[in-house]
Parts: sequence; C-alpha cells; structure tokens
Amino acid sequence: MARTRKAETSSGKGTDTGVSNRKGDLLDSYRSMLLIRRFEERAGQLYGMGLIGGFCHLYIGQEAVAVGMQKVAVKGDQIITGYRDHGHMLAAGMDPNEVMAELTGRAGGSSKGKGGSMHMFSVEAGFYGGHGIVGGQVALGTGLALANKYRENGNVSFTYFGDGAANQGQVYESFNMAQLWKLPVVYVIENNQYAMGTSLERASSETDLYKRGVSFRIPGEAVDGMDIEAVEAAGRKAADHARNGEGPYILEVKTYRYRGHSMSDPAKYRSKDEVDEVKKTRDPIDHLRGLLDAARVSEEELKEIDAEVKKIVAEAAEFARTSPEPDPSELYTDVYLEAAQ
Amino acid sequence: MPALSPTMEEGTLAKWLVKEGDEVKAGDVIAEIETDKATMEVEAVDEGVLETILVAAGSEGVKVNTPIARLKGDGETAAPASAPAQSAGDAEKQQPEAAKPQPEGEATVPVKPKVELKDPEIPEGTPMVKITVRDALRDAMAEEMRRNPDVFLMGEEVAQYQGAYKVSRDLLQEFGDKRVIDTPITEYGFAGLGVGAAMAGLKPIVEFMTWNFAMQAIDHIVNSAAKTLYMSGGQIKSSIVFRGPNGAAARVGAQHSQDYSAWYGSVPGLKVVAPYDAADAKGLLKAAIRDPNPVVVLEHEMMYGVEFDIPDVEDWVVPIGKAKVRREGKDVTITAHSRMVGLALKAAEILAEEGIEAEIVDLRTIRPLDHETILESVKKTNRLVATEEGWGPMGVGAEIVARVIEHAFDYLDAPPLRVHQEDVPLPYAANLEALSLPSVDKIVKAAKAVCYK
Repeated sequence: MARTRKAETSSGKGTDTGVSNRKGDLLDSYRSMLLIRRFEERAGQLYGMGLIGGFCHLYIGQEAVAVGMQKVAVKGDQIITGYRDHGHMLAAGMDPNEVMAELTGRAGGSSKGKGGSMHMFSVEAGFYGGHGIVGGQVALGTGLALANKYRENGNVSFTYFGDGAANQGQVYESFNMAQLWKLPVVYVIENNQYAMGTSLERASSETDLYKRGVSFRIPGEAVDGMDIEAVEAAGRKAADHARNGEGPYILEVKTYRYRGHSMSDPAKYRSKDEVDEVKKTRDPIDHLRGLLDAARVSEEELKEIDAEVKKIVAEAAEFARTSPEPDPSELYTDVYLEAAQ
Repeated sequence: MPALSPTMEEGTLAKWLVKEGDEVKAGDVIAEIETDKATMEVEAVDEGVLETILVAAGSEGVKVNTPIARLKGDGETAAPASAPAQSAGDAEKQQPEAAKPQPEGEATVPVKPKVELKDPEIPEGTPMVKITVRDALRDAMAEEMRRNPDVFLMGEEVAQYQGAYKVSRDLLQEFGDKRVIDTPITEYGFAGLGVGAAMAGLKPIVEFMTWNFAMQAIDHIVNSAAKTLYMSGGQIKSSIVFRGPNGAAARVGAQHSQDYSAWYGSVPGLKVVAPYDAADAKGLLKAAIRDPNPVVVLEHEMMYGVEFDIPDVEDWVVPIGKAKVRREGKDVTITAHSRMVGLALKAAEILAEEGIEAEIVDLRTIRPLDHETILESVKKTNRLVATEEGWGPMGVGAEIVARVIEHAFDYLDAPPLRVHQEDVPLPYAANLEALSLPSVDKIVKAAKAVCYK
C-alpha cells in the first residue's frame, strides 16, 4: 500500500519510514486498537465500581474505524465525533491518563473533570469533542472544514457520526452546505447497526447510508469497518478528495458495538448469538492478528505490546482513581473568557 | 404611496416611469419608490390614462397612503394610483384612536429626553453625526472586518441581496464572498457551521433574519457555543456573534414577533446585549465582535430606520455589561431595554407633566445584567417598574424584581410592578396586537401605581 504521507501522520508512535514498514504499521495499529479495547474494558470495570458516573458509551468492537482513519490524518486536521468518543481520543494520541481521569470526574481529567465521558477535547491532538447531542457534531465538524477552507490550510475535518445521527435533519443541512461550498470534510458514518436500541432497518427508509449524499452530489462508499486496511484505504481516498478541494466525501463504515449502547443498556434488542457471531467471525483485532501473522510478526512481539498496553491502562486507572476531585473553586471558572478591552 | 413593508410608514418617490397623459394598464410599472429597506417598483393596479401626478419625483417622506397620482379610466371618475386598502398604514388610519397598532407611534421617532443628560462615556465637545440604527450596525461590522481578517458574516440574504433588512448593505462589495456568505435557509445547520468555525479560531457573525427563526438553531447557540468552554475545561472557545432583529415588528403575527431576551439571558456562557439607539447598537456590536465569548445581539426591526446622534469618533466601543441611566429622576425607577427604552422615555415625559420624576435605566446588556446600576437607582427612588416587550412570566422583569427584592428590599416603598406583553401569542389584528404589546400608557399607569398616584 502506498505510504506517501506516512511521515506526516499524527498517529504518533513508530513513524520510521522505509519499505519494510507494513509490519511496523500493522504493529502500530495493533497497539492503538488493543489500547482502546483494554482501556474500554477497564472503563466498564470502573463504572461497575461506581468510579465513573452518568453515561458511558464504550467503543469495543469499533476500534478499527478510529485507528484506521487516524492513519490518514495529517497535522492540523480535526477530528470530531459524538458521545462514543473514547476510542477517537486515544487514536488521536490523547493521554490515556487524562481521558480516564475525565471519566472519573477528576481534576487531572482532560476537561478538569467538568466535561465527562461525552465532553472531552484537545486542540493539540486536533480533537474537537466529544458532543452529547446526536448529530450536533456534524454541523460543527462542517464548520471546522469551513475554517480550513477560509484559511486555505490544506487541512481536513474528519466528522464522525453514527447510523442514528444519520437521520438528523442538520446532517443534511450540513451536507448541502459542505458540497455547495466544497468544504474539506470527510463524513465517517460509523454504522454499528443500532441507534441505542433501534436497529437500522427499523429507523431508516434507506439503509445504505453511503447513498445519503446522493441528492447533494456527495460521493460515498461503504467500507468494511472491521478491516483496518480497508478503512485506511477508503479513508485515504476520501481525505485526498477533500484535501484536493473537491469537497466532502461520505464513508459508511460498517462496524459493530459489542457492548450495550451505554453501560446501563442490557441490549435485549439483539440476540446473544448475533453478538457472538460477530465476535467470532469479524472481530477487528482478530482480523489484524491474521494480517500480523501473515507479515510474520512473532508471538513475542505481540506479547510485548500486550504487556505495554496493560501497563498503560493500569496506570490510567490508577491515575483516574487517585487524581483529586476538582477544587470547589473550579465551579465558576471557564464559564467566560476575560474580554481583552 | 403604497406600504411596501410591515414597518414602512413613509417613503421616497424616487422616479416616475410614466408621464401625465400616458395610458397605463394594470401591472405596468409606473414608479420607483425607496422604502427604508429597498427600492421597489410600483405597478398600476388599474388601467386608464394617468391624469395627474400628485407627488413629484424626488419627494421624500411621503406618508403611506398619500395619493401619488390620479388615473382616469374610460372617462369616468379618477382613482388614486396608490396602495390597496389593506396596507398597514391604511389600517392604522381606519382604527379608532384607542386601538392603533402602534399606539404612540414612538418607534419611528427618536424620543429625546427633555433634560440634557451628561453621558460619562462621551466626553464634552465630542462631534456627533446622525445615523440610523441600521447603518450603525453595518458600520460596526465593516469596521471590525477591516480590523480583523478572521471576522466574517454569514446568514440568509446577507450578501447579494444586501441583507433582508439592509443591515449588511455594501459589505459584499467591500469584503467579497469569502467573508460575506449567503447561506441556504437552514438555521440549525449554518449556526452549527458558525460555531464549528469559531471553535477553529475564526470570528463568525451569524445573522438570523429574525430571532424567531433561530429557535431552530438554539441547540447550537446553547449546547455548542455557550457550554463548550466549560465542558472543555477552558480549552475550546466559541468566540462568535449571533445577531438579528428580535421582538415584535408590526402586524407580522405570533411566529414572527417573539422577544427572546429572557431565553438567552438565562444561559450561562452566553452574553446578551439589546441596544436601543444607534450609538449603543454600534458600540455594543463592536464589543460583541471583539469579545472572546459567544454573544447574542438582540436588535429591533422597528428601530432599524430610526436616526440618532452618534459620537463621530475613530473607534466607538460600548462595554458589555453596563446599563445606562437615560434620564434621571427621583420618584420611580423604570428599567427597559431595546425599543422599550423609547416608550419608557416617552412615559417619563408624561409622568413629568404630572409631577412624577421617573429615572430611566436602559439595561443595554441582559447578561451579565448590571444590577448595581439598577439597585443604585432603586435605592434612590424606592420604587420600581420593570418593562420588557416579551412575556412576563420568568421574564427579564421578573429577574430584575427578584434581584431588587433580594438586595434592596428595605429600600422599597411599594411592591415593584412589571410591564410586558400580555400572556398570549401576539395576535395579528391591529387592535388586539396593540392591546397585547406593552405601551407608553401601560408604563405610565404602572409608574403611577407604584407611586400610589
């Protein structure tokens, strides 16, 4: 696969360039995806222990989407998504300690404990949230793209939303303006087949979501979201389209969430067999392991990564447990910025 | 002179396109008329020979419903070539005195306090120029766009059409279509795009054709713009201005006539300003554009065409969060904002004739509310009437009364009263609309009541 932008990727670790890099690349992906899975499993555990409150939406099963897309992002690109956001933040390179501490509502959290699971941000990582209103991020992400075009900076806004948000009116208002003004935005529809408890078929008159841009003349394609290489390849094509001034692009990435909609969802609307079947036959990390085997990566190398990830997650959990609650004086900070006049 | 907009009361007969003796058919364009918003073509409504031109080309300030020419059809009686009978101006004429749609006609005439007041912001000897509120707002945007290349304007009809109310006149010509952006009619979407661009560090001015339409966008104003700084622990700012006409226009019905002061005034993270005159409109809008926070600017359609004196200085900025005492008085404090200030000033004149000296506090900013100035005034007058154009329950007046009771209870000599729109959707019928809206008369009555007179 062409790796023309490898040196500029913002996915962080292991950016040594060269021909033998498919292996290094796959290992990077493995590390990122495993980190997300282990992080989310731990978050689920901390929720069960009462350390995380409110809503908590886990990304388990969808790891290949955020990690695959991140590979095509360059410095200055923006990422924005809804409330199932932990995976995107980790993929974008945000500190797992800060993310976990935000989940526990502590001072060390990325929003100082004032945002919570659904509201985290990092300008440094190009991550613009973390939005709790279904579909809200689609207009905002299109606005980030408007800013890119205004500044002519060559950057792209990667705007994620789910199959549920795909029915929101503002998505289509945004599509219309994005194409009208040729804004550099890639819409990534993470179709995990359920909008909370409502299956795609029960909510959408057109279930091929990649076609949703047709009446706005926005190209779209369906992608196997459990295959990281497929995600990356489609992502690169879409990002190039947007970066070259050709306007928005829609990717419908077909994926699956293993857990309920949120921690309190028993997921009775689908059978255990259905979930088990996906886990057994389509798991994105298993799929990646297959690619690693074929690339002759040794079991030892993988074990090394497993241990490394385990350590990062344990540290994050510890940090999130021990970081103090925000000082009461923080209650009234960050409501307004001081006007400079 | 036909009424060519809901708020038009007079117009300029710019040009005759026919001359006396010409034969005209219904639908022929016979003249061009300049309204407060645009130049419009007037068509003949009947056919016949144009017998007499009654108003010469170039005539300014021709009142609505004044006959401008006489047609003679088939040698019969000549009829005026003017507006159809259902025009706003006509309706006003046919109403009995007590039920005029705009009872005191105060909106179109700037009410000047009789007593010359010292304004601490304007140094003595400052040269003044006359300017409409509309042009003051326009100048504010133009000046800030010249000053900061990140400032841009987006909204419906702001560019090629030059603004639905002509507030953005000539901006497209000066700044181009990159910075003056016509949007589709999609308030929710373009408000969201604006906030997204603000999150990326740009400085959008999002114009809503009226604030009524912004209800479709209130999610982004509140959930995205107002809350994100807090939710991000101070990382993501939304420095953005949302602006447009707010409140009742004239005879446009319930869905186009709502005052949103209380709605946005209740949201932490937003600043809300509601200027009355041209100086405040310009100064507060410039302050809003420079403010690093999301600012809601509530303008008033009925004030756009009103001329005021404005300081003729290089960079006129009025600080957000400061009320202004527009008229001093010792007997009763009347608070008001936006167009209500004009009504309150007029009420003060009437009250003065009856021996009651009212102090008029123009709030100017709804959030953060300058309650120090209000309290200071109430502590002096010991009586309060809080006015607003919107509904009373949970309103701006309710908030002011609550604060005065919390902080100056012992100073009060009478229970405070509120003057506001009646608790109904604004009716269309001229008489009912007048009954529903707050008026000079209602303010006078309330002020007398708190003075036990």
